[in-house]
Amino acid sequence: MTTQQLTPLLETRDLNVRFGGVHATRDVNFTLAEAELRCVIGPNGAGKSTFFKLLTGQVRPTSGQILFRGKDIAGMQPHEPARLGIGIKTQVPSLFNGLSVWENVWLAARRTNTSTQSERVTREVLERVGMIAYRDALVGLLAHGQRQWVELAVVIAADPPLILLDEPAAGMSDAEVARTAELILEINRRHALVVVEHDMSFIRKIAKTVTVLHQGAVIREGTPERIMSDPLVQQIYLGKKPH
Amino acid sequence: MSTPLPDRHASIPVPGALERFAHSWKSAALTLAVGVVLLVALPFALDDFALVQATVYAVMALLAVSLGFVWGFGGILCFGQSAFFGLGAYTYAIAVTNLGDSTVPLLLSIVLPAAFAAVLGYLIFYGRLSDVYMGVITLTVTLILFNVVNSTAGPEWTIGKAPLGGFNGIPNIAPLNMPGNVDDVIGPRGMFELSVGALLAVYLLLRALLAVKLGRVIVACKENEQRVALLGYDSRAHKLFAFVLAAAIAGLAGCLFANWGAFTSPTIFGLAQSAQIIIWVIVGGLGTLVGPIVGCVAIQWLTTQIGTQQAINSNLVLGAILVVFVLMVPKGIVPSAGQLGVRMLKALRGGRRDVAAVSTQAAVPRTRSAAPAADHEASHSAPNASHEETA
Amino acid sequence: MQGIAMLEVNGLCAGYGSIPVLYDISLALGSGESLGILGHNGMGKTTLLRTLIGALPATAGSIRFKGEDITRAAPHARARRGIAYVPQGREIFPALSAYDNLRLGLVKTGRKPDEALGALLDDFPRLKPLLERPGGSLSGGEQQLLALARALAGDPVLLLLDEPTEGIQPSIIEEIAETLAALRDKQGLTIVLVEQNLDFIAAVSQRVLVIRRGQLGDEIPREHLSNIDIVSQYTGVHA
Repeated sequence: MTTQQLTPLLETRDLNVRFGGVHATRDVNFTLAEAELRCVIGPNGAGKSTFFKLLTGQVRPTSGQILFRGKDIAGMQPHEPARLGIGIKTQVPSLFNGLSVWENVWLAARRTNTSTQSERVTREVLERVGMIAYRDALVGLLAHGQRQWVELAVVIAADPPLILLDEPAAGMSDAEVARTAELILEINRRHALVVVEHDMSFIRKIAKTVTVLHQGAVIREGTPERIMSDPLVQQIYLGKKPH
Repeated sequence: MSTPLPDRHASIPVPGALERFAHSWKSAALTLAVGVVLLVALPFALDDFALVQATVYAVMALLAVSLGFVWGFGGILCFGQSAFFGLGAYTYAIAVTNLGDSTVPLLLSIVLPAAFAAVLGYLIFYGRLSDVYMGVITLTVTLILFNVVNSTAGPEWTIGKAPLGGFNGIPNIAPLNMPGNVDDVIGPRGMFELSVGALLAVYLLLRALLAVKLGRVIVACKENEQRVALLGYDSRAHKLFAFVLAAAIAGLAGCLFANWGAFTSPTIFGLAQSAQIIIWVIVGGLGTLVGPIVGCVAIQWLTTQIGTQQAINSNLVLGAILVVFVLMVPKGIVPSAGQLGVRMLKALRGGRRDVAAVSTQAAVPRTRSAAPAADHEASHSAPNASHEETA
Repeated sequence: MQGIAMLEVNGLCAGYGSIPVLYDISLALGSGESLGILGHNGMGKTTLLRTLIGALPATAGSIRFKGEDITRAAPHARARRGIAYVPQGREIFPALSAYDNLRLGLVKTGRKPDEALGALLDDFPRLKPLLERPGGSLSGGEQQLLALARALAGDPVLLLLDEPTEGIQPSIIEEIAETLAALRDKQGLTIVLVEQNLDFIAAVSQRVLVIRRGQLGDEIPREHLSNIDIVSQYTGVHA
C-alpha cells in the first residue's frame, strides 16, 4: 500500500474558529476519502457554512489544520484552495449576475482549459444540468432555482476533485430535487462531494455517511438510518415528524 | 437521466439587440471605421486652429477612456486618473528637457505613472482595502501631488536641467521628434494624427483585452469578487493589472497633452480635472468604451462654446449637465442613443414583437444584487464569448 | 370564504420589460384564509408575490385589499396598510443587530419594542440568544427566521411568504408551521404562501393552487398533497 492510497483527500485536525464571541467551529476532526460522498446536517447556526468557508479559504481558522491531499491549506488566500482543487456552491448563490449563463460557466472552465476546450466543456456541462436553452440569459434575471442550477454547472465546469455543495436542493421543486440527486451521484463517480442539506429524503437518496454538526462540533457520524433514529439528532434537529 | 425535467417557462431573459451588438466585434469594427475616417478626413476638412482643438479633444478622450475602462469594466472608481495624467505630462517634460531626444521620455511618461500605480495599487488591492478607500486614497494622492508640485516654484526645485516651476508650470516643452532625429519634430497635423491614432489603438487594445480570458476575469471581479476567487483566480492581481493599465494610458495622454500645449502646470493634478473626467464618463456612458470618448468630446466642445461668452459660468453648466444626466439619462449618451436607435429601427420595421428580447430598461428582479443601473452597466460591459457566431 | 374579501386579485398581469410573466391572475381570499401556491422555478411564483407587494408594477388587472384598490400603491403604502412580505433571500439588514431588524419591523405600529417583541420571541425562541449579534453574522437559517419574525413584528393582516422554510432545519419548520397555523386560526391572519415543501404547505394552507407558465391552475385536493407523483402531474412534469 502506497502513501498515496492512505492519504485522505481531505482531513481537518482539531479545527477551531472563533469570531465575534462565537465559537463557530469546535475541535472538528473530519476526514474524507477520494471520491467519497458525505452529507453534513445540523441545526441552523451549527457552523456548516462556516466549515465550508474554512475549506475554501474565506475564513481563517483560529487553530488546527486543514489538509487537502496532505497539504495544509488553512489560512490560504481565497483563490488558492480553488486552484488546488476545491469547488463550492455557496448557500446563497454566488454568481456573476450581469453576465450570461454561458459566460458564468465559461469563466469556471477557462481556468484549467484552453479556449477551444472551454467552449466544449461549457456546452457539455450546461447540457448536463439542463440549462443549455438558457445559455444567453442574464443570470441576474433568472429565478432562484434556475440560479442554483447555473451555480452547479459553474462548480462542475472547473472539474475539481472536491466539490462542496451548500444546500443544493434549496428552492427546487420535487422533480428538480430528484434530478439534482441523480446529478450528484453521477458526479460522485469521479469527484468527492460534501453536501450540506436539510431535506432528509434527499440525503437518503445520496449519502452513505452523514456527519452531524451541533454548535460547531461534530456530534454524530454514521449511516443515514442510524443518524435519523438517533434520539439526540431528533431532539436538536429533526423534530417529531418521521422523515 | 431518468427523471424528466419540468417544462420551462416560455420566455428566457436574454439581452436585447443593442447589447448583443455592443458586445460583438461589429461594434469595434464600426468604431474603428468611424475613427479612421475622421483621422484621414479631418485634416482636410478643418483649418489649423480647429485641428488643434480636435487634437486636444482626442487627448482628453484618451484620458476619459482610461477611467471608462478601469471604472466601467474593472469596477474600480479611481479618482486618481488625473494624477497619472499629470505624472505623464511632467515626466515627459522633465525627461525631454534633460535628454533631448523624445523617444525615451515618451516611454517614461507611460512607464512612470504605471509604476506609481503599481505601488499604490498593490497597497490598496493586496491590503484588501474596501472600495471606499480606493476613492479616498486616489483623491488624496491627486491633491497631495497638486500641493507638492505647486510649491516647487523656486530655482532649487530642479530635476537635472528641468526646473519644476511650481505654480508657474513648465513652459516651452520640446515636442516629440522622429526617433533618432532631434530636429525632425512633430507638427500640428502630426500631433492630430498621433493623438487620434493613439486613441484608436488603445480602444482596439482594450476591446481585444475584454474579449480574452484576462479581460473577462477583470470584468468578473467587478461583478462578484468572491466568486472570482472561488474559481481560482487571484482578484487582487487582476484588479492591479487593470489599475496599472489605466494609469499607463492616462500617462500616455499626459505626454500627448504636454506636447499639445508645449506646457504643463499643477492644475493638471487639480480637483477640477479629476471631477471632469468622472463627469465625461458618466455623461458619455459608464460601461462602454465609446461613451467616455463621446462624453468627453461633447462636454469639451460645450465648455469651449460657453467659454467664448461671459454670461454663464462654465462650471455651473458642467454641474447642471451632470445633475440632469444622473437624474434623467442615467445610462449616458451612447447607451441611450443606441436604445433610441433600436426603437426607431423597430418602429420602422413595423413593430414586429421580439418576445425573447429584454428591453434594457427592464425592472430587474432583485434577490441579492445592486441597483438597476449597475446591472445594466454590467451587462453592457462584458463582451460575450458565445455571441461571436452571431456577430 | 368568510365575510368580505381580504385580498381580491382580478386579471393581474406583470412582467419584466417586454417579457410578460403573469397572465390573467385572479384570486380571492377572505380573512383568516391561507392559500398555498406550488410550482416549478421560472413559473412566476416570486413574480406574483412581488407584484402583490408592489415591488413590480402590474401591467394589467387590479389588486384590492380590504376593499381598497391598491394596484398603483407604492410598496411602503401597502406595508402600512398591513401587508407583510418575506422575500426569497431573507434581506436582513446585515449591519444592524437582530434586535434592531425586529424593531424596524414594528416601526409602523408605534408600539414599544420590549412589550411587542416579548410575545413574538416566544414564538421564535431560537432568536433570543442572537438578538445582539449583527444580522450579517447569523447563519442562513437564522436569517430566514429573523426575516419571518420581522414580518410578523408589524402585526400584519396579510402575509406574503416566498419559500420561508428554505434553509431551515426540519424541527423548526414544524414549529413555524404551528406558529403560522395558530396565527391564522386565532388572529385571522391571511396568508399567501409560495413553497416547495409539501408538508409545510399542507400544514399551513387550506387551499393549494398550482402556478404554471404565469397562470394559476387547478386546485390540488388536500388528500393528494402528500403524494409526490400526483402533485408532479399537477405542476406539469409530464406536460
